Amino acid sequence: MRTPFHLTATALALVCSGFAHAGNLTIESWRVDDKPLWEDVLLPAFYKSNPGITVKFLPTSPPEYDSALNTRLTAGTAGDLITCRPFDVSLDLAKKGYLEKLNGIPGLKNFPESAQVAWQSDDGKSTHCMPMASVIHGFFYNKKIFADLGLAVPVTEADFFTVLDKIKAAGKATPLALGTADQWETNQIVFTGIGPNHWKGEEGRKGLISGKQKFTDPAFVSTWETMAKWAPYLSKGYQAQTYGDSQNLFGAGRAAIYPTGSWDISYFEQNSKVDFGAFKPPVQKAGDACYISDHTDIGMGINSKSKNKADAQTFLNWLASKEFADLYTNKATGFFSLSSHAIEVKNPVAKEMISWRGQCKSTIRLNAQIMNRGTPSMENELWNVSSQVMNLKMAPKDAAQQIQAGFAKWYAPAK
Amino acid sequence: MKQGFSWRVLVFITPALLVYAVFSALPLLDTLRLGLYSTDENGLRSFSGLANYATILHDPQWSASFWNAMLNNLKFFGIHMLVQNPIGLLLAALLSLRKVRFATFYRTVFFLPTLLSVVIVGFVWQLILSPLWGVSERLLGWVGLESWFAPWLGLESSALTTLSLMSVWQFVGMPMMLIYAAMIAIPEDVIEAAVVEGASPWRIFYEIRLPLILPTLGLVTILTFVANFNAFDLIYTVKGGLAGPNYSTDILGTLFYRTFFGYQSQVASPTMGAAVATLMFLVILLGVGFYFLLVQRRLQRFAL
Repeated sequence: MRTPFHLTATALALVCSGFAHAGNLTIESWRVDDKPLWEDVLLPAFYKSNPGITVKFLPTSPPEYDSALNTRLTAGTAGDLITCRPFDVSLDLAKKGYLEKLNGIPGLKNFPESAQVAWQSDDGKSTHCMPMASVIHGFFYNKKIFADLGLAVPVTEADFFTVLDKIKAAGKATPLALGTADQWETNQIVFTGIGPNHWKGEEGRKGLISGKQKFTDPAFVSTWETMAKWAPYLSKGYQAQTYGDSQNLFGAGRAAIYPTGSWDISYFEQNSKVDFGAFKPPVQKAGDACYISDHTDIGMGINSKSKNKADAQTFLNWLASKEFADLYTNKATGFFSLSSHAIEVKNPVAKEMISWRGQCKSTIRLNAQIMNRGTPSMENELWNVSSQVMNLKMAPKDAAQQIQAGFAKWYAPAK
Repeated sequence: MKQGFSWRVLVFITPALLVYAVFSALPLLDTLRLGLYSTDENGLRSFSGLANYATILHDPQWSASFWNAMLNNLKFFGIHMLVQNPIGLLLAALLSLRKVRFATFYRTVFFLPTLLSVVIVGFVWQLILSPLWGVSERLLGWVGLESWFAPWLGLESSALTTLSLMSVWQFVGMPMMLIYAAMIAIPEDVIEAAVVEGASPWRIFYEIRLPLILPTLGLVTILTFVANFNAFDLIYTVKGGLAGPNYSTDILGTLFYRTFFGYQSQVASPTMGAAVATLMFLVILLGVGFYFLLVQRRLQRFAL
């Protein structure tokens, strides 16, 4: 399968190199939705301060991005700028020498150490992508339904289930808009969204990495137990409900609560008229310290085979500027700049969500660092078992055992 | 009659042979070769013999997913054989009757889904079967079977069958057309002779038509086999690369995709993927070999 690909790729590269000359950059990205944003807002702003450089934003749809990018990098036809997934997927590219080292590039100084971790080598000594933005996990709620039923935003898990019971009893709307057909939401939104309150954020995550804690510990099992309790509040037939179905359900005002992340703010602003607010994942008991999943999600690096590295560096330094942080935070609503600049967030829901950074402790998605490296892939396993738990097909403790066993198989400290 | 080597034949064959060699044979050989290598974490490839195959077949995790995919693939194939091909045969038999009105119209209608993109088929059926917006529950309600409705695509017990039936719906036109072509090729006088002898239509079908189209049925079987063991697109479109719930719809194609290209955080492993692809190739090769050696030879006796 590879040989003809090489041939075609080389031929393509030859054709394309005819067009490429100094001053031209192309961006590889999975954010197809951001194309107008880049073309109408971000790039024109960049051109103002950097005349002479033209940039093309050429995204690939998210599920295909990693494989398409890998193929293009192997063939030498990838763009100059590579949008980086956090942690292992990018680290893998860096290890194979596809990403230029960014050490010493001035823009990096604008980011706190914690924002850079997602794109550094394990020892933290070399950085291969410029941090761009993070997403915060939480819940959206339909303000009208809450007002009609006289409900207050829940703070503890007990409150949360009381609210769900009341919505269910009223019978007008689905209490929770969530399905398990696509599987990823049960892990990336639910498990790693509500879990930090159970495993105390970074404490639990680092505990797993160092081997001091195990998935079979109560902190993790209780997260799955809570998830299983959600099942009666989901729509009938939620096992076949996709992410798009859930979005439509909440967007049409037919569901009261929507577990999600900040990336969905812009979707509902553009595609629905529903008036919604956000609340953070409920804590287990009143007075508990709260934790949020503040996931470093998107960064940008330079293709080590790019012919135009000088301009690419100029571009990355612009990504680290206050101007970009302001534009990206306020135009790509729900993606929060990771830089240390003080940015005023205009969207009320986004503002609410970013304010949680001041009230709670931030952590990243549980398995994003190191834990996804081996075989079986923990991310894929988590999608699977968490969906089984929500489908009431698997007991929480069995889910924990399966994940722990898969982890211990390749990771020495977890044994 | 003995003929010398014809250079003209070579001229005509060469272009096709070249294209086939470059785009089919070479990549296939390269895949077989690639399966014998393994990649370390820095992307360096080294020869490792049959290590990948040992992992797939002996490592509990890998062999569980491999055999799960294989079993699902067999079920997928089984449902096609039990549903798609008999329906195709039935439709072809009905269409080839002499006094069917609008036969061309029906033929077109049954064949149409075959021309649709799999993505559209997946999307449309997902909508029809959706518990939230779908029409299936209401349609069942009209005949009083509302309680039978379930989120079929989301349940471990029914997802694979539902997907197989979607695929059957799409591709039933293929066996229908092939069998239909074979049926109308049966010489009229053979049938007429039977009619004159007083054979019933059922007997004509069973004792004349069926034996005469057996080679085509064999062909349909082997085409279905190859297509099913190469299948990937419908499952990927509807259930994604993880083929949920709980890998109940995972077939060799989706397993290969996950391994070779990676999926979400699963890092791609081209060498391991090539090993999976080789195993798929072997399965298909065995099936086709079995067919040519044991089945087709016997069938040819019936050919006119």
